[in-house]
Amino acid sequence: MSTSDAPPTSPLDADAVDRAVELALDAFAAASDLDELKSARLAHAGDRSALSLANREIGRLAPADKATAGKLLGRARAQVNATLAQRQAELEAERDARVLVDEAVDVTVRSERRPRGARHPLESLQERIADMFVAMGWEIAEGPELEAEWFNFDALNFGVDHPARQMQDTFFVDSGAPGVDSHLVLRTHTSPVQARTLLERELPVYIACPGKVFRTDELDATHTPVFHQVEGLAVDKGLTMAHLKGTLDHFARAIFGPEARTRLRPSFFPFTEPSAEMDLWFPQKKGGAGWIEWGGCGMVNPNVLRACGVDPEVYSGFAFGMGIERTLMLRHGIADMHDMVEGDARFSLQLGTEI
Amino acid sequence: MPRIPLTWLADHVALPDGLTAEQLAADLVRVGLEEEAIHPAAVTGPLVIGEVVERTAEPQKNGKTINWCRVDVGAHNEAGEDGALHPRGIVCGAHNFDVGDRVVVALPGAVLPGPFPIAARKTYGHVSDGMICSARELGLGDDHDGIIVISRLGLDAEPGTDARALLGLGEDVLEINVTPDRGYCFSMRGVAREYSHATGATFTDRGLAASVQPVGEGEGVAVEIEDAAPIDGVAGADRFVAQVVRGVTAAAPSPTWMQQRLTQAGMRPISLAVDVTNYVMLDLGQPLHAYDLSQVAAPVVVRRAEPGERLTTLDGVTRTLVSEDLLITDSPDGRRAGRVLGLAGVMGGAASEVTAETTDLLIEAAHFDPITIARTARRHKLPSEASRRFERGVDPQLPRVAVARVVELLVEHGGGVADATLTDVDRTGVPPVIALPVDLPARLVGVPYTEDEVRATLAAIGCVVDDGGEPGTVRARVPSWRPDLTVPVDLVEEVARLRGYDAIPSIVPTAPVGRGLTRGQRARRAVATALAEAGLVETLSYPFVGPGQLDVLGVPAGDARRRAVRLVNPLSDEQPEMRTTLLVTLLETAGRNIGRGISDVSLFELGLVTLPDDDVLAAPALPGGARPADDVLDRIARAVPAQPRHVAGVLAGAREPSGWWGPGRRADHTDAIEAACLVADVVGTPVALRPETDHMPWHPGRTARLELAGDGTLVGYAGELHPAVVSALGLPARAAAFEVDLDVLLAAAPTEPLQAREVSTFPVAKEDIALVVDAAVPAGDVLAAVRAGAAASPAGDILEDVRLFDVYTGAQVGAGRRSLAFSLRLRAPDRTLTAEEAAGVRESVVAEAGRRFGAVLRA
Repeated sequence: MSTSDAPPTSPLDADAVDRAVELALDAFAAASDLDELKSARLAHAGDRSALSLANREIGRLAPADKATAGKLLGRARAQVNATLAQRQAELEAERDARVLVDEAVDVTVRSERRPRGARHPLESLQERIADMFVAMGWEIAEGPELEAEWFNFDALNFGVDHPARQMQDTFFVDSGAPGVDSHLVLRTHTSPVQARTLLERELPVYIACPGKVFRTDELDATHTPVFHQVEGLAVDKGLTMAHLKGTLDHFARAIFGPEARTRLRPSFFPFTEPSAEMDLWFPQKKGGAGWIEWGGCGMVNPNVLRACGVDPEVYSGFAFGMGIERTLMLRHGIADMHDMVEGDARFSLQLGTEI
Repeated sequence: MPRIPLTWLADHVALPDGLTAEQLAADLVRVGLEEEAIHPAAVTGPLVIGEVVERTAEPQKNGKTINWCRVDVGAHNEAGEDGALHPRGIVCGAHNFDVGDRVVVALPGAVLPGPFPIAARKTYGHVSDGMICSARELGLGDDHDGIIVISRLGLDAEPGTDARALLGLGEDVLEINVTPDRGYCFSMRGVAREYSHATGATFTDRGLAASVQPVGEGEGVAVEIEDAAPIDGVAGADRFVAQVVRGVTAAAPSPTWMQQRLTQAGMRPISLAVDVTNYVMLDLGQPLHAYDLSQVAAPVVVRRAEPGERLTTLDGVTRTLVSEDLLITDSPDGRRAGRVLGLAGVMGGAASEVTAETTDLLIEAAHFDPITIARTARRHKLPSEASRRFERGVDPQLPRVAVARVVELLVEHGGGVADATLTDVDRTGVPPVIALPVDLPARLVGVPYTEDEVRATLAAIGCVVDDGGEPGTVRARVPSWRPDLTVPVDLVEEVARLRGYDAIPSIVPTAPVGRGLTRGQRARRAVATALAEAGLVETLSYPFVGPGQLDVLGVPAGDARRRAVRLVNPLSDEQPEMRTTLLVTLLETAGRNIGRGISDVSLFELGLVTLPDDDVLAAPALPGGARPADDVLDRIARAVPAQPRHVAGVLAGAREPSGWWGPGRRADHTDAIEAACLVADVVGTPVALRPETDHMPWHPGRTARLELAGDGTLVGYAGELHPAVVSALGLPARAAAFEVDLDVLLAAAPTEPLQAREVSTFPVAKEDIALVVDAAVPAGDVLAAVRAGAAASPAGDILEDVRLFDVYTGAQVGAGRRSLAFSLRLRAPDRTLTAEEAAGVRESVVAEAGRRFGAVLRA
């Protein structure tokens, strides 16, 4: 059996019980941390505290006194335990708060633990353009990059000897046999997809085709032998140049913002008649706001429709094409072609994740 | 492309006062003539007329004699100390002038062609306060023998007058870009007409055949046109006009004004005969040729070349001709058509060239077939001013006018006498009549043009519009200078162009409902996005490669990747082929990044590779304008090589960088395999990984071959690069890479919506099973056995997940063996699993692995 640590307190001595309670409450209040409170609890609410010992004495009292003493000590111990619990909660809250303060770290620099990736800006822009046309109900069509000359030229009304065919700076494909002409080229524009689409699909047709094209230009600030275009083609009954203009205006606003303006001016392409160059009003133009060339367009030449088995007496259509690189340069203030084609990760990272 | 001096253009069309080159460009662009450049004035700053008031010859020690002059330059005279103006002192080395002559003086601040800036400078003991100019110094020709005395040019002006305006030197010149359909705009005549269309200015057509005075015909130099080999049935020549001018000083310089105009237009003045033909060509658009009559023996015959015939052209090159080349020949010593004078419409021959001795000239103006000329110019790589015009189309009614103009200028400036007769072989047809439905312009352009507007526009471009024909149709005979107008839509463009493209309204068309992106397009985006989100950066590279690049990658001879499409005209002889694998160019991109100091690279590229099936690539050649038959389209389709879409990636250096947050991690084969599998996961196609021990540029022991789980079709490769390749390319150690065929993955991807399984909420049971197998057994195969064993347990298919969590080799399992520890998560859809069921899975797994590989449960 243990010995008593506290002076014996009679379970019937109300004053002594009150004193013991008072001592306990003072000790709890004085405890400044959980360890001190633990000591105070052992001293004043533990098994060998005055109140516990007095409580144990109740059993030995006369039956008549048991109720009185029980009530007295019950109340006293309840008060002590309640106060203890309250103080315990206070001190735990203080401790928790202090731990959070102590755990504080410097959050002002990101970790770069997981390196960022990025899409190539030319690809992102092509997807943005595709999304705009899809939202108009158009579909995105595709074709091979190494293409038959017939699709790249003849079907598009470029005669074999037409100066326009010579102006395209074409990469020709070696047949692999001496004296044999492969009649294959790297496509010089995305326009062959027009012919492929008209041959493959039911009318009416509303398609856009972003993709890679090739010309025998050396890489410099404004030229690259491999670049990207987006081609648009609509063939339906009753289409006019006004629909072409409306589509281009919508396109320009989607890419360059609601203030964007376009103008058409007469030009020549073998596969359209009438033909037009499309200019974009460009406030940031070097040397002052002005029109800059953005792409070519026109009403599909009846010869192209015929080559694709479409009756030009029934259907009309319009087509347009523009350079993606040029569009990206205008949109993002890129001065030199090199950054777009050299594959430097820093270029993709800076523009790659525009929403 | 043509350069348009405004003062020259004004010969053909009324230009407003003060018109600038910029405004001219703005006006012309509205009718489709685009500005190529504006060439600034040849001379800027003060260039004035001066009168020589004193001239003192001063011999110099070096043997030269200079003239110390006082020149009155009017208001530009220098102010003396007395406040009065005094003539300027100028040193001049020339002697062809005297006191009282009026000369051209460049004052300090002027800039002459060169550029050659003028400043006051000390020379021969004087301060020369300007320069007295020669014709060459002003860019007015090659005459450097003496200075210009303006009275000798037939000019006069008071001292101090602006000489730039007087000589036309202060003028900006507009260069325009002419589209291939507008051959007639390679002339002042054509551009003036277009300017009139754009602005309404009064245009005078100086190229109309009716404007020429009739000349007697029939007794000129005999000319015969024959054509044994017309191209597409079109004769090589259908017009040939020739006239003789005698007694001309052909080699004399042409008049200054003509030299100046030629210079402004970008041509070098040479001699009167050459300059006059060039001048008339630039003015009217008709290419011309002047022969030394004494070197020509009639009859002149236009014919096709005999194969192997040779000609030395004016540029001194001897060319071997082919039977398509059209020639101008003559008939020396009675040999009819026996000598070649020149390549028709392209370049003359050296033998009949006009020389310093020439006095009698034969002037030729002809009309040649555009295709014949285009092919010859291309074949002999001889793009000339003449061929450029002929291949775009020249007015066949122009030769007579042009010859008359040349003769007139030669007589006026060369003192010649024209023969009274000329030769005119004229086989030109009448230009076509186009029947234009009068509402077609409105239907195609979307502007409600009235019938009157349509008729008036066609008349303005020179059509003869006729009322006959069906109602609702306008019949227009196109003008001779517009061979580009052949079908009704050509006239539609003319109506739209002249009425202004500005008038076209903007209406967004309503497309039928679309189906959105295709499956392939969505897959491509999803793959690219997933790789970017996994920390890889998308890059692009050119598809041009060379065998040397495959050598660096260690790709052996005979490997399928060496079977590549070659280009006839590659940009670089080192890279004449189209890539068969993306990795070749992607690794170059990685190397470029590393070279720029970016030591950790995670890159990917999506693109096409070209895989030829046939030894000989040949598509059929077909004309346009008609739909080919289906079997022909099939032949085209078969001739175009397969171009599957690949995706490749390279991971080199740190995959996760180290930093203040802790250690990083180097990219290795697991990253490449992960990325390749991610591509498959995104597409939704299950793949299996097999060890690949022999596929350069990959490491023979650290590379996986990806196969379709279904049928084993090759998908691609992923793993660490071979150390030799890493070293050759200068990549960081252990660099890894992958390349997979996206088309193969996509073809095997599920097309129907995946069906969901109910998510069970019954308690999970976990089993860890360590299996000891021969070390050579691939873990992937053991994993497959674990799955199969679990599925075969009496409890049914209750394996929710399984993972290889530990691999152990060492004494505890014995040499040549290893322990593979799998963590299984088991759950039934309909009940709580019992301990017996879980134990049953364990037994079944061990049994299956034991059956397949002799695996035993690790003790």
